[in-house]
Amino acid sequence: MIKPEQLKLTGFKRPDGRFGIRNHVIVLPVDDISNSAAEGVAALIRGTMALPHAYGRLQFGEDLELTFRTLAGTGRNPNVAAAVVIGIEPKWTERIVKEIARTGKPVAGFSIERHGDLRTVEMAARKAKEFVQYATELPREPFPVKRLVMSTKCGESDTTTGLASCPTVGRVFERLTKAGATLIFGETSELTGGEDIIQSRCINDKVLAGFNRMFDDYTNLITSQGVDLLGSQPTEGNIRGGLTTIEEKAMGNIQKIGRCKIQSALEPAVEPEGPGLHFMDSSSAAAEMVTLCAAAGSVVHYFPTGQGNVIGNPICPVIKLSGNPLTVETMSEHIDVDVTGILRMTMNLDQAADRALEVLQSTINGRLTAAEALRHDEFVLTKLYRSA
Amino acid sequence: MKHGILLHEPGDDVGVAVFDLKKGATVGALTLEGQAAGRVKLLDDVPLGHKVAMRDLPKDKPVIKYGRPVGKVVALISRGAHVHVHNVKTLRWSV
Repeated sequence: MIKPEQLKLTGFKRPDGRFGIRNHVIVLPVDDISNSAAEGVAALIRGTMALPHAYGRLQFGEDLELTFRTLAGTGRNPNVAAAVVIGIEPKWTERIVKEIARTGKPVAGFSIERHGDLRTVEMAARKAKEFVQYATELPREPFPVKRLVMSTKCGESDTTTGLASCPTVGRVFERLTKAGATLIFGETSELTGGEDIIQSRCINDKVLAGFNRMFDDYTNLITSQGVDLLGSQPTEGNIRGGLTTIEEKAMGNIQKIGRCKIQSALEPAVEPEGPGLHFMDSSSAAAEMVTLCAAAGSVVHYFPTGQGNVIGNPICPVIKLSGNPLTVETMSEHIDVDVTGILRMTMNLDQAADRALEVLQSTINGRLTAAEALRHDEFVLTKLYRSA
Repeated sequence: MKHGILLHEPGDDVGVAVFDLKKGATVGALTLEGQAAGRVKLLDDVPLGHKVAMRDLPKDKPVIKYGRPVGKVVALISRGAHVHVHNVKTLRWSV
């Protein structure tokens, strides 16, 4: 049995002491209308990556705060060596720049008004070139597993995720929490039917109260719409894969946390403060959830899938695990960890967990995941309500 | 592969087909720990990943999987039948 402490992990030490496993220089638009300029910079400078998205204008209140937190968190993520931020006007741009700068990493902001796209692209590209040369000089260095921050979320679940791929992650997470790593899970609506299990794992009343408030908010939202969620939760893909009810889906989902205790209930895109497993309030939509995990500082992600969700993330490598023989056969290019042996009873959970840890180690040390190789760079902001 | 059905818990009402099961076939069931859980004659075709009733289930009975209720029976289910959205509904979010 592989103990996480035995893993040989290397990463990039950031000025705030956190370790990244990738070394991206990102060009981050503050708003939708700055996507073109950001993509212009990335097209000019080798080794940079633009992260276009759909929002950032006329949002307000909690919805705006979440967008700011997600954008800043993305820049703050240790997998990012340096960030160029581009917005239409200077004020919101500067807000994002300031938050990223608190990590000590190189960051620079540019705004388009009074310059135009072309002059902005030129100025930002000159800075991006400097940042790339800075980043490509940074060496990898060994780091202990207790400095690892990672996340999990499953998708296109079916009955095999509950039998095989989710319990595999659960077994790995049990070992990782013992080794002092920091772990994030969430998917608030998908805990329905198993919320009592989550409640029983909260380490104290404060965490429990936080979880209950987030869970009740989701339940009330669903009830207020007066609709049957069948087809959405479980999804049509879940149903095709044999999942019948949300309770059944939740029980499969919850296998991912094994027997771990829950140290805190975090608002979306908030960085956890200590080791152990943390619940983060989040949508169960794959790209939204992984984007939030990355914004909370997760540097690598376990993604169990049944029917074959193909999601990836631009800055946080997503490792896919599947125990569904049909999916592993027909969608093999998407699967990093094959745990179909659990269904055949030729592999037990500890063996599956060993395999998942081996792939985690090679991914951390630089091997591209299937989603990275396939250019699955889904960067999707969570929108809480309509803009002004 | 000697078994065709896997159960989370020995007492579960339903098991999961680990390959496409054909109507009329008799297949063995195991728990995840490898404990034998009997043999079942299929009353329907049950595709990989879909559920098979391990016993007769009357209307309104909670359906037990993972040792817990995961829905309720809305149309009588016989041992060996395909269990899915046509005969089981959620106990939650009802409208």
